[in-house]
Amino acid sequence: MDVEAKVLRNTRLSADYNIIALEAPEIASLVAPGQFVMVKPGRGHDPLLRRPFSVFEILRSHGRVEGLTLLSKRVGVTTRMLLEAVEGDIVSCLGPLGKPFEPVDPPAEAWMVAGGVGLAPFATLAEVLRQRGTETTLFYGARSGRELFHLDWFEAKGVRLVLSTEDGTMGDRGRVTLPLERELKRASGPVTVYACGPEPMLEAVAHLSSTYGRPSQVSVERVMGCGMGGCYSCVIPVRDPGGGHHYVRSCIGGPVFAGNDLVWD
Amino acid sequence: MDLSVRIGSLRLENPLIAASGCYGYGVEYADAVDLSSLGAVVSKGLFLKPREGHPPERIVETPAGMLNAIGLQGIGVHRYISEKLPELRRLRAVNIINICGSTLDEYVELARILSDADGVHGLELNISCPNIKEGGITFGCSLHGTFDVVSAVKKVTHLPVIPKLTPNVTDVASIAKAAEDAGADAVSLVNTFLAMAIDVETRRPKLSNIVGGLSGPAIRPIAVRMVYECRRAVTIPIIGMGGIATATDALEFMIAGATAIQVGTANFVDPFIWSKLRDGIEQYMERQGLSRLADIIGSIDTSAREKQWVSS
Repeated sequence: MDVEAKVLRNTRLSADYNIIALEAPEIASLVAPGQFVMVKPGRGHDPLLRRPFSVFEILRSHGRVEGLTLLSKRVGVTTRMLLEAVEGDIVSCLGPLGKPFEPVDPPAEAWMVAGGVGLAPFATLAEVLRQRGTETTLFYGARSGRELFHLDWFEAKGVRLVLSTEDGTMGDRGRVTLPLERELKRASGPVTVYACGPEPMLEAVAHLSSTYGRPSQVSVERVMGCGMGGCYSCVIPVRDPGGGHHYVRSCIGGPVFAGNDLVWD
Repeated sequence: MDLSVRIGSLRLENPLIAASGCYGYGVEYADAVDLSSLGAVVSKGLFLKPREGHPPERIVETPAGMLNAIGLQGIGVHRYISEKLPELRRLRAVNIINICGSTLDEYVELARILSDADGVHGLELNISCPNIKEGGITFGCSLHGTFDVVSAVKKVTHLPVIPKLTPNVTDVASIAKAAEDAGADAVSLVNTFLAMAIDVETRRPKLSNIVGGLSGPAIRPIAVRMVYECRRAVTIPIIGMGGIATATDALEFMIAGATAIQVGTANFVDPFIWSKLRDGIEQYMERQGLSRLADIIGSIDTSAREKQWVSS
């Protein structure tokens, strides 16, 4: 469904990052972890198309679903408008769309791997995993410690945090796959790996997971036109059983795929 | 209020048609939209065989528009008939099938196959895709090519035949005339404008195909002009398209000479656009005291302008 959502509040996290809260209870109450919404701030022709965003949090007040939030990083026109939006502005919000993550049950553990703004789908996933009693770890990497957000929130939900930064200001120095590989090597029980972030990271996570015999579910972000399967823009190559690949629309065939199914181009 | 229009033997409840390549096979939108409430749905372009399409990036946004080079990824006509058409029949959609051929024989074969299929209401001949060499653009860019493919298809089908014209020619009206002379039941225009965009930092084209087709509000005034030119050249119905995003845009095309209109890019922005277009058209009819929408087709009044020219 399409909701002309009022901005409830907009929290700036850094020069580029913000969390924008939208009054869209109709969508929020239907969202499963990993699903996305197509968003358009303003009514003009620049930007013309909507942009896809994972739903970050479901907002509840007094047991009622009030709306949802998006974690946004400024990269272009839409994300700049979302960064600058103020309470009362209208953001058009279409969703929920796409295939969600499949949450795993105990005794399996869930390891969520987030790179930068790829943290977005993991707040809702962490909540669902907690309800199932699944032990959950968040491997979370960013450029610097200043860009690691919401750590208290995840800790309060009982999520174990493993951090890494490229400048070494928090956690391991380097990519998030560094601590992931270290722990995969040591892991003894069943683990399902969930990942969202830049595609090179997803490729590395999918590769590491399969090297250590663990299934992975990765959420991809491709340039998307419609989010509904109409335009065939957001395709990603998916492995054919007999070798080769075919293109699958990541909006309706994903955005979550089994890491092993994807061919990285 | 009567919003119905006629395209050859085909009567549409209203003139609002989902454009090819912008609506998947229609079924993708069935949960959001009552497909039977659209005038018609034009399928994604179909060849005889499945096609992989171009690698990403396949689209890029430009001012008030977008470029695409999808490369006609598709399931081919046989899977369309077995996997999509039954669902579309159940949903009571009016189905116009967009067909593409590498050769004249392929168009003819596709037309034959689809003429025998239940639930097909018309054929749109894609002789205008700018993104692939073998997508019929060689037919659509010449008078002879257009004439030949339309007359060959007409011989093997009872369905309305609607060649979709490219704007990437000097004189689109002469192409429309060639289509009419060959027996086309209507023409649809415009397909996208050949265009490109470059990332200046990397100096690379933004599309994997280097060039692509421009659509969206940016092209609307050119498309309106082309529909107007074709209206003066042919008497068969014209299906107009190019950047339509509001009821006013749709009415502009109809007044310029379009019997029906297609919406593509704007559906990406708003999949619920159809009821808004319909409401806006009905409000216009009420305001103008119209009971039949078809009465506005080609009703552009240029008399005042012509007088100005004569007296100056």
